[in-house]
Amino acid sequence: MDTGDTAWVLASSALVLLMTPGLAFFYGGMVRSKSVLNMLMMNFVTIGIVTLLWVLYGFSVAFGDARSGLWGGLDWAGMKHMTTIETTFNGSEYHIPLLVFAAFQLMFAVITPALVSGAIADRAKFGAWMLFVVLWVSIVYFPVAHWVFDFGGPKGEPGWLAGKGVLDFAGGTAVHVNAGAAGLALALVLGRRIGWKKDPMRPHNLTLVMLGAGLLWFGWFGFNAGSALGANALAGQAFFTTMVATATAMLGWLVVERIRDGHFTSLGAASGAVAGLVAITPACAFVTPVGAVILGLLAGAVCALAVGLKWRLGFDDALDVVGVHLVGGALGAISLGFLSVYAGSKGLLYGGDLTVLGNQVLAVVAVGGYSFVVAYLLGKLIDMTMGFRISREQEVEGVDLFAHAETGYDIHSAGTGSGALVGSISPVTQAHAEAREVNA
Amino acid sequence: MKLVTAVIKPHKWEEVREALETFGVTGMTVSEVSGYGRQKGHTEVYRGAEYDIALVPKIRIEIVVEDADVDDVLGIIVKTAQTGRIGDGKVWVQPVESVVRVRTGDRDEAAL
Repeated sequence: MDTGDTAWVLASSALVLLMTPGLAFFYGGMVRSKSVLNMLMMNFVTIGIVTLLWVLYGFSVAFGDARSGLWGGLDWAGMKHMTTIETTFNGSEYHIPLLVFAAFQLMFAVITPALVSGAIADRAKFGAWMLFVVLWVSIVYFPVAHWVFDFGGPKGEPGWLAGKGVLDFAGGTAVHVNAGAAGLALALVLGRRIGWKKDPMRPHNLTLVMLGAGLLWFGWFGFNAGSALGANALAGQAFFTTMVATATAMLGWLVVERIRDGHFTSLGAASGAVAGLVAITPACAFVTPVGAVILGLLAGAVCALAVGLKWRLGFDDALDVVGVHLVGGALGAISLGFLSVYAGSKGLLYGGDLTVLGNQVLAVVAVGGYSFVVAYLLGKLIDMTMGFRISREQEVEGVDLFAHAETGYDIHSAGTGSGALVGSISPVTQAHAEAREVNA
Repeated sequence: MKLVTAVIKPHKWEEVREALETFGVTGMTVSEVSGYGRQKGHTEVYRGAEYDIALVPKIRIEIVVEDADVDDVLGIIVKTAQTGRIGDGKVWVQPVESVVRVRTGDRDEAAL
């Protein structure tokens, strides 16, 4: 075991965990004030659900030692093999304890379903969302993590995409294309929000959006550089290209927006940075700093244009999960067909042949297609049984009060935090008052 | 006594308040409101989509004045709040039957 490597992966795990609350604020600021708590909760609750499932069977399905390219099997369910101190599986020899690897990968499993939630903001039943998270991570995320991230070992078979040599350093396909495709499916299942296209539904708190984007940017160094699974040069390369692509994507988005809409918006700066983070995720250890500049500028500009698609095609992906994560993730993954400088898998611009490009396109189509189809079916199943969408009245009044009995802001001196005024009599106190009268 | 209600452009509010204070108006109630008149809102472009914005933000000022001061107060508000462009707002006057100062119980003109 290497203490330096272990220390870096432990720190990275904490950084990646922070991304989920960061995402919650990024999304939470973007919805209207009546749904901010629901947005935060849809994200926070994935931490609870996925952590529990990870111990029960998630880690086994993703990284277990079944001889299958499709899933890791259930032999490691309950993490009962965890007496192993050192890991030699996953292709090459990593010098970190298996439990540290499991903690690091858990954070990825947590944030991926959280990313999906932005597509169905303002209108989902909270219980239905929790059930969707359970089913989708079990059937989609855990196996897909095996496809892409498991490089096999002495006993286990590599995932079928990893075995083909698909390049996805930190999750452009497994996390972002995966979440983006599921978001599109759920946006279609739940339908458009009341007033969509007429009401601008502007972000209610852009300071939260900027704060969330900052936390994501910070945490993403753990996501990308931590994926080297060691404190080494590869981690350094991933760290540096992550910084470069994010900064340049922010500029790319702002320029497109200034030309198209007339202003440099703070929402554009935050979204551009996230688009850059998404696009560099699969590529961070495989491109040069100049490659990262090209990819960043392209990601910012392309995603800024892609968020306009929903207006033309008519699907209400509320917070642009498709435009940023599906498009940005696919762009980053496919760009490696041109920009990769990785030994043995060079892109077309660096003397490689079409194999890399073909593999990358295959991974995007396979992961995106599988996730879309399963998410759509799960969404429909939940909608037909327990119902996925809140009622019209609840949606207009705000999902926060209906689902959580709370409101995000109590800025009036006479408020109580539940949308009611001080002095209004709740059923309980009214009953007490009547009881007192009777006793008197 | 009369209640004077003025709905004006937000950036004009500070000027109007100063002019009224100089004239001798001692108190007023001010609120941030939204509405529209003949200009019927406007269109806005945000994140690649265009919207019709029906409501325009305005400031509403309410002042109760003695009958003799009504014309002067109206004149001051109109002169100060006017830009000559669409959306300058409106001022209207209603009769007030009675006013009581809560602290002392003073009534009508003595309560203004």
